[in-house]
Amino acid sequence: MKKIRLIIQREYLSRVKKKSFIIMTILGPLLMAAIWIVPFFLATMSDEKKVVSVVDETGIFFEKFQSTDKVLFVYEVDLEKAKDNLSKGNYSGVLYVQKLSYSIPDQAVLLYSDKSPGIVTQSYISNAMQNILKNNLLVNAHNISKEDFDKINSTNIKLNTEDIRTGEKSYTEIKTGLGIFSGILIYFFIFLFGAQVMRGVIEEKTSRIVEVIVSSVKPFQLMMGKIIGVALVGLTQFVLWILLTFSIITVLQFSMPDVFKSAQTEQAYNPGQKLPSADQVQLQKLQNQEIRELINGLFSINYGVMILQFIFYFLAGYLLYASLFASIGAAVDNEADTQQFMMPVTIPLLFAIIMSNFVINNPDGPVAFWLSIIPLTSPIIMMVRIPFGVPVWQVSLSMGLLILGFIFTTWLAAKIYRTGILMYGKKVSYKELWKWLRY
Amino acid sequence: MNIFSAQNITKNYAAHTALKNVSIDVPEQSIFGLLGPNGAGKTSLIRIINQITAPDEGELYFDGEKLKPSHISFIGYLPEERGLYKKMKVGEQALYLAQLKGISKADALKKLKYWFEKFEISDWWNKKVEELSKGMQQKIQFIVTILHEPKLLIFDEPFSGFDPINVNLLKSEILNLKANGASIIFSTHNMASVEELCDNIALINKSQKILDGKVHEIKNTYKANIFEIAFHTKEIDFKAILPESYKIQDQVVQNGISKINIKIPMDLTPNELLQNILPKIEIISFNEILPTMNDIFIQKVNEQKNIA
Repeated sequence: MKKIRLIIQREYLSRVKKKSFIIMTILGPLLMAAIWIVPFFLATMSDEKKVVSVVDETGIFFEKFQSTDKVLFVYEVDLEKAKDNLSKGNYSGVLYVQKLSYSIPDQAVLLYSDKSPGIVTQSYISNAMQNILKNNLLVNAHNISKEDFDKINSTNIKLNTEDIRTGEKSYTEIKTGLGIFSGILIYFFIFLFGAQVMRGVIEEKTSRIVEVIVSSVKPFQLMMGKIIGVALVGLTQFVLWILLTFSIITVLQFSMPDVFKSAQTEQAYNPGQKLPSADQVQLQKLQNQEIRELINGLFSINYGVMILQFIFYFLAGYLLYASLFASIGAAVDNEADTQQFMMPVTIPLLFAIIMSNFVINNPDGPVAFWLSIIPLTSPIIMMVRIPFGVPVWQVSLSMGLLILGFIFTTWLAAKIYRTGILMYGKKVSYKELWKWLRY
Repeated sequence: MNIFSAQNITKNYAAHTALKNVSIDVPEQSIFGLLGPNGAGKTSLIRIINQITAPDEGELYFDGEKLKPSHISFIGYLPEERGLYKKMKVGEQALYLAQLKGISKADALKKLKYWFEKFEISDWWNKKVEELSKGMQQKIQFIVTILHEPKLLIFDEPFSGFDPINVNLLKSEILNLKANGASIIFSTHNMASVEELCDNIALINKSQKILDGKVHEIKNTYKANIFEIAFHTKEIDFKAILPESYKIQDQVVQNGISKINIKIPMDLTPNELLQNILPKIEIISFNEILPTMNDIFIQKVNEQKNIA
């Protein structure tokens, strides 16, 4: 036991002290915080005001566009003159609506010269045009009052789902995001740290230190020491990432509160709705409510339990695969030879990631159930399902089978490992591995 | 008293038999040579002694007891395929390997300091192994092997890859260890490199032991009664002076000194040869030519072939 502790200690310290670990530990949270924060910054960065000239042959849109602080609309009759101004750079674009033989126009052209107008501007214009058209049809052709039209236009149903047992709302989008995110994180961790175990074994084999060590400790102790040591490295990295990401975001939020505040109102602003200011306020309210819902949704997840479950599935899933990775490392002489044996280890993981999209749409279906019970795919698929709530018996069954699974793979891998590490200069085939299993 | 004894060891791998009914006895405070060509089964036997693998049949004894896992800390092993973690610092690594053998950290530090000073390599302590030359790494490996003061040391192909200076250092340290009570097993296919050091040997060929015993006894058994005479060159017809039953082998002349090998009948002694030649030439030296382990090995293998 003391020897395993020594091995764990060496494996752990030698990795944690590496530059690459320190860099990863710092870069990871920066990246994650950036993903979270950059949209806020982008939202606050205002583009220069665009001037769009409207050349409307139908007359329906004349003076109907609402200029914003991003887009200013001017109206012109002569297309050639407008084009001329456009090429001189006076306009960012020219919106040309051709008069057609039938009464309702269904297309328009947005001309531009040096810079294509952004997708936001485009959708703003097309939304605005649709509204103007609707308005035109309803108010003018069908004599509907302006108030009624505004009411019609501002109808908006948000469908909330609620669990009747707990009264909790289900917040499907948030759970989808969270499920997929944790599934991918598990996948990523298993590969990252599984490969580290494999490389460690190859390193010991190629540097020929392994025979010195196995004369002091059992091969199984060496293998387990390495696997546990690397697991602790992974755990350390994960915990550091969570802590650092959280503190970076908190610090930024406190040091630049206006960015986040103004960003929230910016994001709530929805272009393309031509509404009187009173209605705009109401819309604002509606969207603030959506943000609150989002926050409520984020808070509705039981993070304590989820992080614990994540740590369990990460560790158990990693243990299941790490011993397989270790035995691959033991069977080959260099990293280039690992390819042929990586396939069967990679396929279940890849399969799980591909299926997670399917599972997320039907988190209680039979596919989701079986894939979250079978140990080879359960670490990923169960993590995808967990935000949606999984019956306790299923989680227990899955955890139990996963533990049995990793005991089995470790037992299997140890047999290959102890023969493989003392085998040099031999290209190993699957047939050979089968023989080693039966020694 | 034997420090180590293996009785009737058999080890089968899937495709072949590595050891077939092999027994060896290593007396206390002696050097034991485990000799044989590549692939004879030496490394398999050594791995069994180190409990890296287990034999299919046979008994192993260490210091009078049945071999058990705790004996590992009394055995030091320098494998043929040896190396160190390249990225790890020398001192840290030596400390780690010593602790794996069961020495406490403080104890290991003290002993390492002694050996590093003795080999004048104290300033390597904080260097990474990859910065050291091969010869330097070998010194570290040697220190790590003997640091826990094992009762039994096993060196697999000890001198392969060592430069001559390190070979001499190693040999003198090994003799020191023996003088201090340790027993040593040398395993090598290069028989000439160790026969001068060994007290006992065992010859292994094709998974089987074909010969063992004390080195001088074996040599006596296999000697051919050949004597080498060196003398100041002088035209002389040995055939004329010596009786017919004496066989003259090769004769060379170098720098005014002639050397001649004469094989005399097994029932005669060198005195009779000397009596015949003393009056005729001025003798510089007179030696018995003993067979080398290599010669004996080849002879023995050939004998085996003839029987089969």
